[in-house]
Amino acid sequence: MSWYKRVKEGITTLTSEKKSVPDGLWHKCFRCKKAILSSDHEANSYVCSHCNYHDKIGSREYFTILFDEGKFEELFSNIKPSDPLEFVDTKAYKDRLEDTIQKTGLDDALRVGVGMLSETPLVIACMDFGFIGGSMGSVMGERIARAIDFSRENKIPLLIISKSGGARMMEAAFSLMQMAKTSAKLALLDRAGVPFISLLTDPTTGGVTASFAMLGDLNIAEPEALIGFAGPRIIRETIGKDLPKGFQSSEFLLEHGFIDMIVPRSALKSKLSQILHLLAEKQITPKNKSEASA
Amino acid sequence: MAYFDFEKPIQDLEEQLKKVKEVAEKGKVNVSASIKELEQKIIETKKSLYKNLNGWQRVQISRHPDRPYTLDYIENCFENFIELHGDRNVKDDKAIVGGFATFNGETVMVIGHQKGRNTKQRQFRNFGMPNPEGYRKALRLMKLAQKFNKPIITLIDTPGASPGLDAEERGQGEAIAKNLMEMSMLRVPIICIIIGEGASGGALGIGVGDRVMMMENTWYSVISPESCSSILWRSWEHKEKAADALKLTAEDMLKNKLIDGVIPEPLGGAHENPIESYQIFKSEVIKLLNELKKLSPKKLIDTRIQKFSSMGSFIEN
Repeated sequence: MSWYKRVKEGITTLTSEKKSVPDGLWHKCFRCKKAILSSDHEANSYVCSHCNYHDKIGSREYFTILFDEGKFEELFSNIKPSDPLEFVDTKAYKDRLEDTIQKTGLDDALRVGVGMLSETPLVIACMDFGFIGGSMGSVMGERIARAIDFSRENKIPLLIISKSGGARMMEAAFSLMQMAKTSAKLALLDRAGVPFISLLTDPTTGGVTASFAMLGDLNIAEPEALIGFAGPRIIRETIGKDLPKGFQSSEFLLEHGFIDMIVPRSALKSKLSQILHLLAEKQITPKNKSEASA
Repeated sequence: MAYFDFEKPIQDLEEQLKKVKEVAEKGKVNVSASIKELEQKIIETKKSLYKNLNGWQRVQISRHPDRPYTLDYIENCFENFIELHGDRNVKDDKAIVGGFATFNGETVMVIGHQKGRNTKQRQFRNFGMPNPEGYRKALRLMKLAQKFNKPIITLIDTPGASPGLDAEERGQGEAIAKNLMEMSMLRVPIICIIIGEGASGGALGIGVGDRVMMMENTWYSVISPESCSSILWRSWEHKEKAADALKLTAEDMLKNKLIDGVIPEPLGGAHENPIESYQIFKSEVIKLLNELKKLSPKKLIDTRIQKFSSMGSFIEN
């Protein structure tokens, strides 16, 4: 009986021929902890194929996902952070900046690129949560302000991808005033009739929510993102009880009328393409639909 | 009389003065000379104390329970005030008040945060922390002012926008954001004055103006020193350090070109001599209004946007 007889050989590879698994080949989902091949995870726009968790990704990944062939021109990278108040908390802000620049390879929490999305021009300003929690200081404010001016002067639609804890405390009132600056610039863009799409991703809170992120002609959110003005911890402390399930989620905001739609990352490019083509002065149909939804 | 901890020398002197006066009342000894001497000493001590206040001390004065609030300024510096209520959407927010009034003989729109003086009032005013409908009411009134071509004066005094379930549900972030955008484009003069606490987006939500002024003993920043301490130092203990680090005083804010000017207060703070405070306030605001009235709507808007656009500190290569 074959039940008791081994038909296949066991492991035949010699130890000397054993291949090691390179680091980073597998990705473990932050939420469901299941493993998936990193290359598959990347191909799936960094969304867990098991539980649909949208991984926190940065400007590099968003630019690759959205710009045609990942090609774009970076703008305003000549603007660099400074330490106007010589701020020191448990660490000097100057050292914090230097360490973060070293660690992340970024120079602040937002990058601006201009390129094509499904053959229509688009300016994208995208945050990097890895840089001091995506916090908004003078550099983010100034880059956004200039991106808005660039959009207005060249009549190219603007997409801002928010992923931020809010204002950067180490720049105190300087960071507060970035809210007024960016909102005023958006008023000019609004008057010029150039589309502005705000994409809110996990998390978008504080001064970012209370300025440009909520001012889109269209406000779009990724699924299950935390979006709010006050952080959940502060609200919990203020009201002295636990928050209802799903409070301040994308779905909650959609229900309460503050965003237009929730778009999963896999459909983001095709949805943006659809919107941009609808809003274009002369409507153009993308040549290759399947390419647009890639 | 309530004293701050840093006012200990004044408290000692005033207690001494009280004792001397009691002696004088009994009428046995002539002490008028020493009374005069003590009074002089108190003024000098106050002067030197108040000349060198640090950030945290200013924060304390800005929160003094006897400090004039928005409705006090309205009652004492304005006439014919007609309060207008409601955002025409969900309700009337009690933490922001506003309406038309006469100021120096002309109609203006005055809007401000309102705090309460006792427990009941404080709850009624939600501690001066507006909900989204407060910002929406303020915007409605500002648009009304624009329609009738009346200047806008806003008085800022808030520990922050309300952090609560209702506020989030009704879009606190959107309400503030909308005000920032709309205020930058209003065609009438806007004067904003921080009369107490200027906490973050809750203050800025009615704070985008052609002239943004701070009273001498107020603070304005992105976060309160207590919350800053709790987030950056992970404890409430470091609020004094945080207050200094945030550079939140009127003097620092002016130096960093984040406000347009400082309105002086009487010795010891606005609460020490409210009548004098109102006089200074009035004459300063008259001056500012006269400056702004000369400008065309286009000039106002362009200069306003330009001013806020130039705020920030970065290196450009």
